[in-house]
Amino acid sequence: MLDADFFRRWMTVAAASVDREAERLTALDSAIGDADHGSNLQRGFTAVRATLEKESPETPGQVLTLAGRQLISTVGGASGPLYGTLLRRAGKALGDAAEVDEAQLAEALRAGVDGVMALGGAAPGDKTMIDALAPAVDALPDGFAAARAAAEEGAVATTPLQARKGRASYLGERSIGHQDPGATSSALLIAALQEAASGA
Amino acid sequence: MVLVSHSAQVAAAVAELAKGLAGGAAGVPVAPAGGTEGGGLGTSAELISAAAASVDRGAGVALLTDLGSAVLTVKALIAEGDELPDGARLVDAPFVEGAVAAVVTAATGADLDAVEAAAGEAYGYRKV
Repeated sequence: MLDADFFRRWMTVAAASVDREAERLTALDSAIGDADHGSNLQRGFTAVRATLEKESPETPGQVLTLAGRQLISTVGGASGPLYGTLLRRAGKALGDAAEVDEAQLAEALRAGVDGVMALGGAAPGDKTMIDALAPAVDALPDGFAAARAAAEEGAVATTPLQARKGRASYLGERSIGHQDPGATSSALLIAALQEAASGA
Repeated sequence: MVLVSHSAQVAAAVAELAKGLAGGAAGVPVAPAGGTEGGGLGTSAELISAAAASVDRGAGVALLTDLGSAVLTVKALIAEGDELPDGARLVDAPFVEGAVAAVVTAATGADLDAVEAAAGEAYGYRKV
């Protein structure tokens, strides 16, 4: 079973991973976006980490809704409301349970991904974070390692796609050949889930 | 009305333009929410919430946005439920033309539905 500590650890590992990869994310974003994805997420997850330490939420649902709220307020770019919606929707789906199992987490993340698709209007294949998140959620019933692999494959698979959402879509065919920064950061988030589960 | 842009200067200038073209429109509260809190380019949920609270007179608040994260942040704040005044809505309209149409319409004492409709009609004004 997964308790609030697990979810706090997930967010902490995700924050560390965003810190480590911020430059790479920004470099990817400079090719097809506005070169702020890494620094924006770094600001957001730094705020998430600080809030979780200060407010010590007691349930998995509270951890995720609080983290999502912080991302919406502090990121400053489109990834804020998108990741914020992902986490808040998932948190709300988990309700007040003190512990949840993997199947409940998978279902909650599915609700989160549906929320992101509704907010941004993106579908799989549009070269967005959905291309990493949707396959990860599909693979989650087979375990965290499978979800991580699916997210990483999904992120890499955005390279040959033409962007249909976000700033990259203005580039048309010139967006082809670049890995999507949002799908890349989504893969980091899912990888952090596996690291948190393995006690990292 | 709240004007949400990635740039503080754009939001402030469009607010000034819309009020100016509406003959001052002294009775229409318009607040810019542009850029990040640090003054950079981007969208700030805090600035948007504060601007919406500052113009709220109880009849609802129209929010006009420019691009990407401005749109998504306003939608996310509306979905939150308690971050914006009651009756706050994202108005689907071109930023500059929609703002002018909205302020002119609001200055006649029209309600939020009419303001939203006028702003949205600005999409139909072809320039060529």
